[in-house]
Amino acid sequence: MSLMQKFLGAAATLALTAGAALADPAIIYDLGGKFDKSFNEAAFNGAERWAKETGGTYKELEMQSEAQREQALRRLAETGANPVVMTGFAFGDVLNKVAPDFPDTRFAIIDMVVDQPNVKSVVFTEEQGSYLVGMMAAMASKTGTVGFIGGMDIPLIRKFACGYAEGVKAANPDAKIVANMTGTTPAAWNDPVKGAELAKAQKSQGADVIYAAAGGTGIGVLQAAADEGILSIGVDSNQNYLHPGQVLTSMVKRVDNSVYEAFKEGADLKTGIVVMDLKAGGVDYAMDDNNKALVTPEMKTAVDEAKAKIEAGEIKVHDYMSDETCPALTF
Amino acid sequence: MDYATLLQILDSTMRLAAPLLLACLAGLYSERAGIFDIGLEGKMLMAAMCAGAVAALSGNVWIGLLAGIAGSMIFALIHGVASITFRGNQLISGVALNFVASGITVLVAQSLFRQGGRTPPLSGAERFNPIELPFAESVAKVPVVGPFYAEVLSGHGALVYVALLAVPLTWWVLYRTRFGLRLRAVGENPASVDTAGISVIRLRYTAVMITGVLCGIAGAYMATGLQAGFGKEMTAGRGYIALAALIFAKWRPWYALMSTMLFGFFQALALRPDVLKNTIGFDVPVPALDALPYILTVIALAGFVGRAIPPRAGGEPYVKER
Repeated sequence: MSLMQKFLGAAATLALTAGAALADPAIIYDLGGKFDKSFNEAAFNGAERWAKETGGTYKELEMQSEAQREQALRRLAETGANPVVMTGFAFGDVLNKVAPDFPDTRFAIIDMVVDQPNVKSVVFTEEQGSYLVGMMAAMASKTGTVGFIGGMDIPLIRKFACGYAEGVKAANPDAKIVANMTGTTPAAWNDPVKGAELAKAQKSQGADVIYAAAGGTGIGVLQAAADEGILSIGVDSNQNYLHPGQVLTSMVKRVDNSVYEAFKEGADLKTGIVVMDLKAGGVDYAMDDNNKALVTPEMKTAVDEAKAKIEAGEIKVHDYMSDETCPALTF
Repeated sequence: MDYATLLQILDSTMRLAAPLLLACLAGLYSERAGIFDIGLEGKMLMAAMCAGAVAALSGNVWIGLLAGIAGSMIFALIHGVASITFRGNQLISGVALNFVASGITVLVAQSLFRQGGRTPPLSGAERFNPIELPFAESVAKVPVVGPFYAEVLSGHGALVYVALLAVPLTWWVLYRTRFGLRLRAVGENPASVDTAGISVIRLRYTAVMITGVLCGIAGAYMATGLQAGFGKEMTAGRGYIALAALIFAKWRPWYALMSTMLFGFFQALALRPDVLKNTIGFDVPVPALDALPYILTVIALAGFVGRAIPPRAGGEPYVKER
């Protein structure tokens, strides 16, 4: 018993000193996993960039199941990590509960608004970025039919779909949009086989450009599109390199920048809501050597024009989450 | 729904049903011998990882397939040792193996390739590419049957045909060979098999290893045929659907073919909600379609389509003398 107590005491002291000595930032990745080549990987790249530039270290944690959320968050906050950054809307409820218990810790959440005094909420205007890639999809399509494959059926993903559909209609009012969601559970972020089958099903309906906003499932979509000889559009990270010459573009969401900035601000993280829109460089379409040949000069001009208009406020892209409806697409 | 759309859905059905069918037949051997196996999922996952990794390293999909089978057989062997030799609880052993597979696959893939628990994307000879069946081109012009042959039956990876051939083979082994008779007997009444002087232990091990081989093919097909590489948890519950199909099929090989095709068809139909809406006139929520295999299994278990009776000695470790 006494031995046990000694051990426990020693462990507690260790934990305390560790907590006091380093106020490292921490990051929690959502269920898609740190290397989903998409959303979470972008966050990881931001953290790595910070570590490389400052020489600092950070704590990280990958969620394995839905049940771990609160526990994971509390554990990181208890170790003295500051700030704690988390990726994904699913942390919203949990953070709302946990944040008041750690008033001295700053939290940052990406993709969700949490109204607490010590929380920074970063949201992106995905509909604007999706609008741009939607225009490119419509212009690259020869059949006049384009596809959209979402991950889990949540308002956030519908926001992608809606902006995309508006962009498609802007470039080609007669275009047909085929939209599918992979599923309604978090497993929908990680089912590449189903993603591939959805892509094939959409191709049989005439789609020849498919936009995947589906985390790890999107890898299957891009793969199937490449196998079938049609074009695909990546999401969140620049995924053009996955199948050079067969991925039209990627709707990049600069999650990496947000994580990088949150880490840089450190314990003095500015709280409140930050909207990362097209103007702020939060979203964009990706151009590199891998898709240079696919994007014609006309496409580029048209998209850049639309981009300027959105930035100037001349084009308003509808935000699905504002009223849960979409004028360009029915779900 | 026009004929072309139906063909497309059936084509998708074939691809989706093949891993289910292999896993279902795998479970059939094991359960017919009296060893319940919840670990089909884990074995498939293990096989997918091994096949994806070795195909990427060796550049040859057939070596990848062998590695997948080997990985799955190791898990089958562990299940056998736990539940046959040590007479442990078969369900717990199976569940445990599922958990182990879920973790160890990512761990091994990560330490091998440093790509976050994925195996590198495969291409060319590292994958099972579609095979055109003979005369597919010329037969395609024959009305009705031609397109069916060309679209649905032709143009799949080699392992889809292996899965289809495994059905008559399994039927023949189970009902036309001495080994099959003994296998069925050992699942119903192991004591009588033992009395006849045949080793219960050896029979059951053989059955469990066959399960390993078939699960290995199923997993390898997922990583190297359907997809181009292994990803974390990529089997996404297909091992459990295969178990449901096995119950729905009442532990019989031809019924297994029908039930997995039916379940595959539901999965393919869930990919085309527009078709369903046009055919029956109203919107069916996709999750309802996803749940259909399980609902059907419950109906089967409730005895609405004839009673589904599992092998009588299933789940019971065999003790020679008390």
